[in-house]
Amino acid sequence: MSMSLRLLRDRIPGASTVLMLVVMLLLIAAVTEALGSTVLSRFAIRMFIDMTLVLGLQMFMGNSNILWFPHVGFMGIGAYASVIFSMSPLQKILSLPELYPFLADVNLPFLPALLAGALVAAAVAAVIGLPLMRLSDFPAVIAGFAMLIVIHAVLTHWEALTNGPQTLFGVERRTYVMNSAIWACVFVAVAYWFKESKSGLQLRASRDDLVSTSSIGVNIVAVRWFALVLSAFAAGIAGGLFAHFITSFSPKAFFLRETFIILAMLVIGGPATVTGAVLGTVIVTIVYQTLRWVENTLNIEQVFAQPIAGLTDITLAVMLIGMLILRPAGIFERREIGWQALRALWPWTGADAAPEPAADPQVVRKAAETKQRR
Amino acid sequence: MNEAIRFIVDVASLGSLYALMALGLVLVYGILRLVNFAYGELIMIAGYTLYLLSGSPLPWLVMAACAVVAALAASVLTERVAFRPVREKSLTAMLITSFAVSTLFQNAALLFISPRARLVPLPDLFSESIVIGGMLFFVRELLAIVVSISMLVLFTALLNRTVLGIALRAAADNFRMTRMLGVPANLVIGVAFAISGFLAGIVALFWLGRTASVMPGIGLEPLIVAFVATVLGGMQSLVGAVVGGYVLALMTVGINTFLPQALVDYRQAFTFSLVILILLFRPEGLVRGK
Repeated sequence: MSMSLRLLRDRIPGASTVLMLVVMLLLIAAVTEALGSTVLSRFAIRMFIDMTLVLGLQMFMGNSNILWFPHVGFMGIGAYASVIFSMSPLQKILSLPELYPFLADVNLPFLPALLAGALVAAAVAAVIGLPLMRLSDFPAVIAGFAMLIVIHAVLTHWEALTNGPQTLFGVERRTYVMNSAIWACVFVAVAYWFKESKSGLQLRASRDDLVSTSSIGVNIVAVRWFALVLSAFAAGIAGGLFAHFITSFSPKAFFLRETFIILAMLVIGGPATVTGAVLGTVIVTIVYQTLRWVENTLNIEQVFAQPIAGLTDITLAVMLIGMLILRPAGIFERREIGWQALRALWPWTGADAAPEPAADPQVVRKAAETKQRR
Repeated sequence: MNEAIRFIVDVASLGSLYALMALGLVLVYGILRLVNFAYGELIMIAGYTLYLLSGSPLPWLVMAACAVVAALAASVLTERVAFRPVREKSLTAMLITSFAVSTLFQNAALLFISPRARLVPLPDLFSESIVIGGMLFFVRELLAIVVSISMLVLFTALLNRTVLGIALRAAADNFRMTRMLGVPANLVIGVAFAISGFLAGIVALFWLGRTASVMPGIGLEPLIVAFVATVLGGMQSLVGAVVGGYVLALMTVGINTFLPQALVDYRQAFTFSLVILILLFRPEGLVRGK
């Protein structure tokens, strides 16, 4: 098959992937709005925020296969930065009394504040993340873990900007079902576009075989860095949405527990695919929120002598470990949802209706290896 | 002069604990390339074992032995149940598994015991102090030094003198080659996890001795300490882990003693920035090679 034909074939199911996911998300949002239940819409908003976050993580971690801890740190930076941009000067006197004077009068509308907050997160990631991009495997993981702890320590102690370890309160509620859903949709498209773009392909190639990829002249540091900045931008948006949804929060919200939850979402869904990131978030949210509801109901009804806690996270941890043992690449290993995937399920088409994705890197690699031996 | 001795004893007692922790972590890392995020929870498990036994009439040393065995058993069990099935799959899968195991243990403690801190029984010896040469020392600190150093000696003897120790060192050096020479992989890995759990259990006794209580999140700090110490000393070397432990203790005590309080708040930020810098510019750590 010629190159252009192959590209065309890869592009069209791609458009259908984005379309299907976006339609699904908007449908969830519309149904939630129509039902008008407060509880349900809180679930949905939380889900769309997490989805934005997980899609951001997918862009970097999914395509590079570097276990990446600082992601929720960038979410925290986005959250605090967007609040500093959006909060009214009067409220700042109460909520952030030690804020620097040049920031005290800044008062942007929600959308510019959200974007500015995300840009701050992306800029921080661009600067402090750049040197880390040449690390791989274990050093990358530990350096990332160290970076999360540094960000957390700074958020906890920089009282002027964050109110320190105490709760920052008095943020206006600006995040609703529809705008959070739209942001999730935007990042579905961005994540898909990035994955299929030239740099995305190069990053995926480096994930599958680092040495060969750099041997064909790919600048791995540059490609990873670009993905990191995009991913931190998404995290920053998610942070801003979170801040203007929850309206009072402390640095504790952006640490290991949230990291565990978004990792579970991405890994259960399938880190290599955008579909995996989206549906992983949906599945984990449903399980998680249902269990939380059970836990809360049991506690309110006082079924046990003492209030119970931790059941939800235990279940999630078991799910995650089980998934890694049975199907380590997640539910959606390589194939995205799309016309072709649906046609494969359709019983009247032949089994060959949905050929395996052409760019199976394992195959490519093996081919290259046999060639070398000759 | 007295202050200098005080300083040295502080560094030595903290450093000995840090060194043992780093050793437990690096032993598993050397063989599997797995940074065990659940390592800190072994200390938590030892702590809760002590707490659960606190009502019993057993002498403290027996309780302590039970706690160490519990940490060892938990370590071996997690290897068998969680790490072995994902071992062949990918490094990332193994790391995420260990992160999940850590969350699992923490929340199990939350669910089955309590989110609040629980008291652990300690021998009277731990709160006593003695006067040597006109200076007051906590017995606990001196004990930590003595026990840790004897552990290090014992451990060195094990690694150098026994077949098992040689197999362990060989596996840490080149795991694939060691397997080809007929050393059973599961045995070596199992033993590494057992020793790692044993060291965590010993550390737990002294770590918990400082606050005399245990809570679900207690594992994070020792885990972080062990991470930093191993990176400082060099991930490739067991000697490096020990050196890293002492260097980190020197830094910690030094920062607490000499820096103003406002900067001490940022201690973690400084330490971890240093970790990042070392990984970037001297990834082999302070002690090169093996």
